[in-house]
Amino acid sequence: MEILSILIPVSLGLGAAGLVAFIWALRSRQFEDPKGDAERILSDKWDDRPKPD
Amino acid sequence: MADLTASGFSACPACDAAPLAQRLADRAEVAQGTVILSLPTAHCATCITDVETALVAHPGVRSARVNLTLRRVTVDAPGLTADDLISVLAGVGYEAHELDPDALSATTADRQGRDLLMRIGVSGFAMMNIMILSVAVWSGAESATRDLFHWISGAIALPTVFFAGQPFFRSAWAAIRVGRLGMDVPISLALILASAISVYETMQSGHHAYFDAAAMLCFFLLIGRYLDHRTRAIARSAAAELTALEVPRATLLLDGAEQTVPVAGLRPGDLIRIRPGARIPADGQIVEGRSEIDRALLTGETLPVLAAPGQMLSAGEVNLTGPLILRVTAAGRDSSLARLTALVEAAEAARGRYTSLAERASRLYSPSVHLMALCSFAGWLWATGDLRLAVNIAAAVLIVTCPCALGLAVPAVATAASGRLFRRGLLIKDGTALERLAEVDTVVFDKTGTLTLGRPSLVSADPLPPGLRPVARAMALASAHPLSAALTAALADHPAADLTDVTEHPGFGVSACWQGRIVRLGRADWLGWADDEDRPTSATWLAVEGHAPIRLEFTDELRPGAEDCVAMLRKAGLRVVLISGDRPAAVANLAARLGIADFHAAVDPQGKEAMVADLAAGGARVLMVGDGLNDTAALARAHASISPASALDAARVASDMVLTGTDLVPVAEAVTTARRATRRIQENFAISIAYNIVAVPLAVAGMVTPLIAALAMSLSSITVTLNALRLRD
Repeated sequence: MEILSILIPVSLGLGAAGLVAFIWALRSRQFEDPKGDAERILSDKWDDRPKPD
Repeated sequence: MADLTASGFSACPACDAAPLAQRLADRAEVAQGTVILSLPTAHCATCITDVETALVAHPGVRSARVNLTLRRVTVDAPGLTADDLISVLAGVGYEAHELDPDALSATTADRQGRDLLMRIGVSGFAMMNIMILSVAVWSGAESATRDLFHWISGAIALPTVFFAGQPFFRSAWAAIRVGRLGMDVPISLALILASAISVYETMQSGHHAYFDAAAMLCFFLLIGRYLDHRTRAIARSAAAELTALEVPRATLLLDGAEQTVPVAGLRPGDLIRIRPGARIPADGQIVEGRSEIDRALLTGETLPVLAAPGQMLSAGEVNLTGPLILRVTAAGRDSSLARLTALVEAAEAARGRYTSLAERASRLYSPSVHLMALCSFAGWLWATGDLRLAVNIAAAVLIVTCPCALGLAVPAVATAASGRLFRRGLLIKDGTALERLAEVDTVVFDKTGTLTLGRPSLVSADPLPPGLRPVARAMALASAHPLSAALTAALADHPAADLTDVTEHPGFGVSACWQGRIVRLGRADWLGWADDEDRPTSATWLAVEGHAPIRLEFTDELRPGAEDCVAMLRKAGLRVVLISGDRPAAVANLAARLGIADFHAAVDPQGKEAMVADLAAGGARVLMVGDGLNDTAALARAHASISPASALDAARVASDMVLTGTDLVPVAEAVTTARRATRRIQENFAISIAYNIVAVPLAVAGMVTPLIAALAMSLSSITVTLNALRLRD
C-alpha cells in the first residue's frame, strides 16, 4: 500500500497539469473560434504570424 | 451592455428607430480603427482565405481576421468605413453587414462565457480525480485507506464546490431574496448538503461520502448553463449589433448657413436640407425643391412618389433625385414614428409573456423536490429516530433528483437547433422563439423587402434597339434614381455613349444631348405620354428625338429562395398569407408568381397589425415575416416573427429571429427545425423523468449509494445530450 503515497500525488499532479493547460488555452483565447481553427489547418497560408524566411 | 439589452428586448421597438439616431451619432465618433462585419455566407477554409486576402490587399487595411464560429471578420483599417470594406467583399462575392464596433455586450458575454468555461474545467478536473479515488472505495477499500481517500476527495471537492458552484449560489440567493424557488435553490441545497454530510461522514469514518456527486453536479449543470449562455450571447450580440444604415445627422439651415446637428436636436420649425439619396430625419413640409420619394420602408410601396413644395413628408422616407428643403413639423418622439410606437406597445402587451417549457418544468420541479426530500427526512426520523440517517437519506434524494438532465434538456437542444439554423443563416434572438415557432400554423409575409429584394430590376433589355443601349446607359448613369441604377446594372456590359448638356430634372427624369439630338429618360407624363398606372410593374421611358418613346419595364426582384420557401411552408401544412402596403396590381402579380391565394394589398400599418390580431383571435398561431416600419407592430403582435438583416432597426428589434443572408429558404427550414427541437425537448423531459421514477423510490427507501447516484446522474445527462445532438445532421 506504500505505493499509494507515490501514485496519488502522481495522479493528482497529472490532473493538475491538464487543468493548468486548459486554463492557459482558455486565457490565450483558443476557444474563441473552434470552427475557424478547424478549417484554418487546411489552408496553406500562414495566417497567425508572418511566414518565417 | 445595459444599453444593448435594453434595445434588444425593448418594450417599444419603434422608439429605437427615431431617437436611436442620437445613439448612432454618439457612436460614430468612437472607434474608427476597427470595423467588425458579419459574414452570413462564410462557411469554409476557402472563405476565410478569400475574405482575409481580399481585405488585406485593399489599401489602408492593416489586418483582417475571420471568426468562422461567429461568422464575423474583424478588420483593423483606420480611415476606412464599413461601406468601403463591404464593397471590397462584394467584389469577391461575399455578402457582409456592418456590426457595431464598440458593442460592449460582445466582450462582456465573452468574459462570462470564459468564466463559465473555467468553472467547467475546474469541476471536470475535480470530478475525474475524485472518481479515481471513489472507484477504489466502491471496489472495497477499507478503514484507514477509505478514510484517506475520502479526505483527499474532500480536499479537492470543497474548494471546487465553493468555486464552481458560485453561479448557482448567486442565483439561488437572488431567488430566495425575492421569495421565489428557482431551479437553483434545490441545486444549491444539494451541493451544500452533499458537501456537509460528506465531511461529517468522513470525520466519523462513515462508509459513504458524496464528494464525487457534488463535483459531478457542478460539472454537468455548468455545461447546461454554458450552452444556454453561448446560444444567447451569440444570437443577442449579433442581432443587436447589426446597425441600421440610417443617417444619424441632419443638415440644419440657420440664417442661410449649413450646420450638421444630431437628429435628436431638431425642433419643429427648423429648416433642414435633404440631399438626394438621404433618409428624411424628421416629419416636415417641403419648402423648396422637387424630387421623388421612396417610402418602401414605411408603406411597402415600390413606386417612388412625386414630391413638390407644400407636400408633407414622414421621417424614414428616402429622398431620391433632387435636393429638398424641409420645414420640420415634428421630430424624434413626436414624429409619425410615435404613432407606430404606441401601436407596437399595445401589440406587445397583447401578445403577453410566453411561458417556456423549461419554466413550466422548473415550476413543477422545485416544490416537488423540496417536498420529497423533506418528507423522506421526516419519515426516516420518525421511523428510526436516527437524525444522521435521516439527513443522509434526504441528501441522497436531493442529489439523485438534482436536475442534471433537466438542466441540460433544454439548452442542449437549443444549442443544437440554433447552431443548425445559424449555419443556414438565421439568428435566434429570443430564448423562447424556437418553441413559439414550433407552434406556428400560419405564415404572414410582407412583400417589399421581404419576399422581394425591394429594389427594381429591368424585366428585359429587348425593347431597346442595340444602337440606343449605350445612350440609355449613359442617361441612367446621370441619376441616382433606383430605376436608373437598375438600368445601369442591366446594361453593365455596354459602353456609355458621349452625352452633352446632361441635366437631371428632379421628380421627372434626365435630359441630354446626343449627336445633336435631344434625349430624355423619365416619367411618361413628362415625355407627354400616358402610362397605364394599373400595370403591376413600374416603368420609365426613353425618348430620343426622331424615335417613338421606348417603354422600359421594371419589376421588383424576387428574393432568392422565395418560391422554394413558400412551397416548403405549404408542404409542411402551413397557411401562407401575403399582406402588403403596395398597390393591388403589384401585389396580385407577386402572389400569382408565388402561388399565394390569400393576399391583401394597400394595407396600412394599423391594418397589418389588426389582420394579424384577427388571425390570432381566430385561433391561428401567426409567424410574421417583415422588414419595414409598417410591419413593426404586426411583428410584435405575432406569435413569432422573423425579419431580414436588411430590415430597419425597429423591425429587427421587434422580431424574434433575424435572417442574416439574402436567401429566404431558412425561414421554412426554421419552422421544421423548431418543431423537431420542441419534440426533442419533450423527449428529454421524458428521459429525465424516467430516470427519476427509477432513482427516487430507491433514494427515499434509503438504498441509494454514492455509486448509484453517480451512475444515474451521468447516464441521464449523457442520454439527454446525445438525444439533443440528433438534431444536428
